[in-house]
Amino acid sequence: MKNLKIIGTFFLFVAGLSLYSQQIKVFNYEEFKPFLEKQTDTTYVINFWATWCIPCVKELPEFEEINAEYKTEKFKMLLVSLDFKSQIQNSLIPFINEKNLQAEVIVLSDPNSNVWINKINKSWSGAIPATIIYNKDFYFFHEGSMTKKDLKKILNKNIKR
Amino acid sequence: MKTLQIRKLILTLISVLFIQISFAQGYQVGDKAIGFNLKNVDGTMVSDANFPDTKGFIVIFTCNHCPFSVAYEDRIIAIDKKYKTQGYPVIAINPNDSIVAPADSYSNMIIRAREKGFTFPYLLDADQSITNTYGATRTPHVFLLKKNKGNLIVEYIGAIDDNHEDAAAVKKEFLSDAVDALLKNRQPEVNFTKAIGCSVKFAK
Repeated sequence: MKNLKIIGTFFLFVAGLSLYSQQIKVFNYEEFKPFLEKQTDTTYVINFWATWCIPCVKELPEFEEINAEYKTEKFKMLLVSLDFKSQIQNSLIPFINEKNLQAEVIVLSDPNSNVWINKINKSWSGAIPATIIYNKDFYFFHEGSMTKKDLKKILNKNIKR
Repeated sequence: MKTLQIRKLILTLISVLFIQISFAQGYQVGDKAIGFNLKNVDGTMVSDANFPDTKGFIVIFTCNHCPFSVAYEDRIIAIDKKYKTQGYPVIAINPNDSIVAPADSYSNMIIRAREKGFTFPYLLDADQSITNTYGATRTPHVFLLKKNKGNLIVEYIGAIDDNHEDAAAVKKEFLSDAVDALLKNRQPEVNFTKAIGCSVKFAK
């Protein structure tokens, strides 16, 4: 009986672990859309990236620094991964753990990119990285890399204090 | 008064010029494309002039390292096999700077072409001039060209199909549909599409 309890606890523990590793949320475009349309005082920094994207991985540490610096303000960072769904367990989660990413990571997985890229921004060719910064009074989109300095300049001007 | 008008005119001219510059980023459907003469993985130079009998070209900017490019390799081979015999061979061009993306260096291109058994030329745009002129921004990025009275006319720009992750789940074969239309002497119904892809790695 005691053994059974130990085994049971062990299984619960393992189940808990695997649950933890699977808690990354996967959205299709329609489910993701509300993140782009919040009409609040909070300023959102939404970065489209992937673990295989060299310039994305390169700029991430500066995004993380910004996230740490602004987290006490009306500010929220969302790292939207475009990693293949099949690579979430093998590439994305190990990457997040290895780099100890603090900003929230979600996955946008929707094959119909010909439609949703334009809906996110007409000027976006689909190349990543790409970044949106917005609040209810302000909107900014950029295709290509951004530095901490770029981000700071925009945030300091537009964040609600 | 007159100087003011002239000033206004100059200002207008300048702003028109600026607008044109900012919009002149690469080709749009209907534009005349310049030809190419680039080094292939077999060491030869490959030019559009080497193909006097084709009806056009399926130019695909692609590379070694990008997972989207890799996901499409088998599909690109299939498209080349299918359309080469009908006058539309695939011309693959690596647009990336090899210092920024070492995995896409010329020597690595040779290895990849051999590994995958590419049936088409795989060219290096070493100075990125074709990439810039065409306006390729990501890999893979397709420019379908049709020969017309000695010119190369851009007939389709965009993605290969609508599902990069799963070839079996493709619903719309944008590129094949466009080539099929040209083969029937029609204009492609869909002539511009977008897709997520790896950004072109420009020299710094």
